[in-house]
Amino acid sequence: MNDFAFHAPGSMKEAVELLSQYDGDARVMSGGTALMLLLKQSLVNPDHIISLHRVPDARSIEVTDGVLHIGGLVTQREVELSPVVQKAAPLLANAYSRVATVRIRNAATVGGGLAQADPAMDPPSSLLILNASVKVTSATSERMVPIADWYSDYYETTINEDEIVTELLVPIQPSDMAWTYIKYLPRTEDDYATVSVAAMGKAENGKISEVRVGLGAVSSTALRATGLENALQGAEVSLDVLRDASQAIAEIVDPTSDPRGSADYKRDMSVVFARRALQKVLGVKD
Amino acid sequence: MTSTPIKQAVRVTVNGTPYSAEVPTYRTLVDFLRYDLGLTGTKETCSVGVCGACTVMLDGKMVSSCLTLAVRVNDAEIQTIEGVANGDELHPVQQAFIDNGGFQCGACTPGQIMAAKALLEENSHPSEDEIKQFMMGNLCRCTGYYQIIDSIKAAAEQM
Repeated sequence: MNDFAFHAPGSMKEAVELLSQYDGDARVMSGGTALMLLLKQSLVNPDHIISLHRVPDARSIEVTDGVLHIGGLVTQREVELSPVVQKAAPLLANAYSRVATVRIRNAATVGGGLAQADPAMDPPSSLLILNASVKVTSATSERMVPIADWYSDYYETTINEDEIVTELLVPIQPSDMAWTYIKYLPRTEDDYATVSVAAMGKAENGKISEVRVGLGAVSSTALRATGLENALQGAEVSLDVLRDASQAIAEIVDPTSDPRGSADYKRDMSVVFARRALQKVLGVKD
Repeated sequence: MTSTPIKQAVRVTVNGTPYSAEVPTYRTLVDFLRYDLGLTGTKETCSVGVCGACTVMLDGKMVSSCLTLAVRVNDAEIQTIEGVANGDELHPVQQAFIDNGGFQCGACTPGQIMAAKALLEENSHPSEDEIKQFMMGNLCRCTGYYQIIDSIKAAAEQM
């Protein structure tokens, strides 16, 4: 690891001011579980680290006006165990409960995960289909970014260098839609997935009224399969329909080969796991 | 790395004992415990937060000390494997690992015991599935997993 000055501001205001002052030479650390790996490999070499562990702000979880607000410094373990999240957005509580291990979730924060933006993380596919938004704060401004505009590339988001993620906003999950989050783990339970799929769906009188499908680990960012969602609207609830429609997934994913599968294999498995997730939320047996 | 590293003061309570030191900002907590404080019970094996050997309690929460900076624990309370027993009296989790053959080579054992203790502190009678879920972040390359699960079940009976 390279040398750096370590700052432990006592408020979010102080943190964003430091970030602005060091203008590109600083990195923000919350749980540190991701940034420490980058530092150890010298993939990032900041002159300053601004640690948020003493910041008392951005640590609450609450529902106001039909929207779940999760502070950026809430840990992923706290999200998983929060009765408020479990009630307002059970899919989200489940997605966070599937991240790595308890020890990592104890440290890793919601804001840190959003800023890290590894496409193989668990929460992004769920955040996409729940139409979440991210609140970012700088020394001079605050803005909201719809999740669809957040992830831009591998480990890249549309956050600016002087901004910190201070809140995740999630509209309350519709209670009339079934949901699932499945992932294909060929190695170990705590590993990144070969492909992961979050889905929600509802049907009436044998027709699909709405489905939502998000995918992780199979492109430079998590993806939402809007083409598939639209194609299935009003379609008959049947295995044949889902099997045919899921083929469209092969066209939107862009996986890379790694020890979790070749690119071709991941593309094929994306189709299979999207279909399985749809079957699950629509109650279609094999 | 520059020739004179940036150092910062750390005042921390480890296993009830206060310590203060000047450490390079890049020093990890596991290195601080082992090399600055001589507490070598905590092991480092994977260095990337996966294996669980370096598990310690930071302000009551189980964390990877290989992914935590020493300067981050300023003013905090740490518990390591050395602080688990009460004098000469072993903690029930430690005794259960001995009684049930919960270790072979022993490299993962301090982390396994710290994690098992953290599990039993939040769930006093976990099911086998709950034990497996919680403990999946602690790897045993001797693969003695069943004895570890037996040890945790036995400890739960004693606590």
